[in-house]
Amino acid sequence: MLEIRGLHAGYNEVEVLRGIDLNVAKGEIVALLGANGVGKSTLNNTLSGIYRPFAGRIQFMGRNIAGMRSDAIVDAGLIQVPEGRRVFPNLTVQENLELGSYRRGREQRSLNLERVYTIFPRLKERIAQLAGTLSGGEQQMLAIGRGLMAQPELLVLDEPSLGLSPLLVEEMFGLIQALNRGGLSILLVEQNVVQSLAIAHRAFVLEHGRIALSGVASDLLNDPGLKASYLGV
Amino acid sequence: MLEFSILLPAILNGLTIGAIYALIALGLTLIYGVLHIINFAHGSLLMLALYGVFFLHSLFGIDPYLALPVVGIALFGIGYGLQRFVIGHAGHGRDENILLVTLGLSVIIENLALYLWRADTRTIETPYSFETLDFGIAFIAVPKAVAFAGALLVAALLWLLMTRTDLGRAIRALAKERQGAKLVGINVEHIFAMSFGIGCACLGVAACLLLPSFYVSPQVGHAFVLVAFTVVVLGGMGSFVGALLGGLIIGVTESLGGLFFGESLGQLGIFLIFIIVLLFRPTGLLGQKA
Repeated sequence: MLEIRGLHAGYNEVEVLRGIDLNVAKGEIVALLGANGVGKSTLNNTLSGIYRPFAGRIQFMGRNIAGMRSDAIVDAGLIQVPEGRRVFPNLTVQENLELGSYRRGREQRSLNLERVYTIFPRLKERIAQLAGTLSGGEQQMLAIGRGLMAQPELLVLDEPSLGLSPLLVEEMFGLIQALNRGGLSILLVEQNVVQSLAIAHRAFVLEHGRIALSGVASDLLNDPGLKASYLGV
Repeated sequence: MLEFSILLPAILNGLTIGAIYALIALGLTLIYGVLHIINFAHGSLLMLALYGVFFLHSLFGIDPYLALPVVGIALFGIGYGLQRFVIGHAGHGRDENILLVTLGLSVIIENLALYLWRADTRTIETPYSFETLDFGIAFIAVPKAVAFAGALLVAALLWLLMTRTDLGRAIRALAKERQGAKLVGINVEHIFAMSFGIGCACLGVAACLLLPSFYVSPQVGHAFVLVAFTVVVLGGMGSFVGALLGGLIIGVTESLGGLFFGESLGQLGIFLIFIIVLLFRPTGLLGQKA
């Protein structure tokens, strides 16, 4: 579904990603792990067309989307739920969700709204509330809900657990797994190594702009190198 | 001396001009709220629209009110094109550049108008120019009553557009969260230009409502743009309801100021109210904190 080959990217003149190879197959959860500042968000924003890649291919659903505009990439069905949620603070919960289907899934808008409200009953309670007044966890739900409104082929989640309480983090990972079981392909970009590996099928570890490790998630969980660098044991 | 029969017509007259101020300010506040552009060319574009109405009437005999769709759409097109192909590119994303670009545009448009049409003040005459409506308490000139109703109607339509359509939601979303907007597939340049275009379309409508009871000259924009800026700041930068409310307040203040202090000092009251409001509410009447 998604096949990244030799991707070099960054912003302004600074090269952050120095040759990335990564792939996601249909129906998978693939985790992309890495500490702060190794280029996870750069990769996401290059995938979404916010930054233009310097070199390399991004094959998505059989098309090279590298360098395409962000709206065309949304059309193709690659939907990113960004780090920091990026919900529209001055719009209501419902309006935020409606804008999720600004380009894709417009015909099924009311159907998808019901679906999102079933997944997140909390959002339904706050339907007319301004998104800026929601709690962090609720904003994260709204951001994911907004992404789902576009009927994604691939959902890219950038640090969905960031800033959430441990209990909410647990809930969030459970939800991601449930979405995946419903047939959604997910690229999960996270710092939270243990919990990500617990729900992912495969994982890639990003270090200094390169893929340092990759493999089946359960294998990586026992990898001594990963343990040393991330778990401190 | 302070008779109701004088006061009431003055207030009504103030409301009619206030509605036009509000319409012009709505365009200004929309452009500011979304693009964070302080559009110095706003007055010159209004002047251009007034000339458009004038020539449609004097050359082709088209009634100003019938010209409304044409002038409105033309101004929308000019605004869209200016933002998409001139201001957006020349600004390089820096506010101070954009400020200078719009200022430069206003100088160019105004001097072009001076060159082409001379500095003469021109008016049009319509069958209803001197008709009045009897409201029982006061007589109001027909063009002013139409301007009042028209401006409020357009403000209501604009509000519906902003709250009930995807375009309006996208415009409001983009005003606060650019990256989020990109990620739902909003074409930023297009929506920026749409906002600028809609803001200018307000000027086209204002011009059609205004000319039957007003005049046009190359400098006519100045009188309105200064007041419109005051209205926008008074109402709260970027606030729609604030612009509407501010416009009406300013219109009435000006009218009453003219009544008490004489025509030439009429605008004194505007700036007095302006300063007092800002002293107690620095964000304007309905403005939000930055």
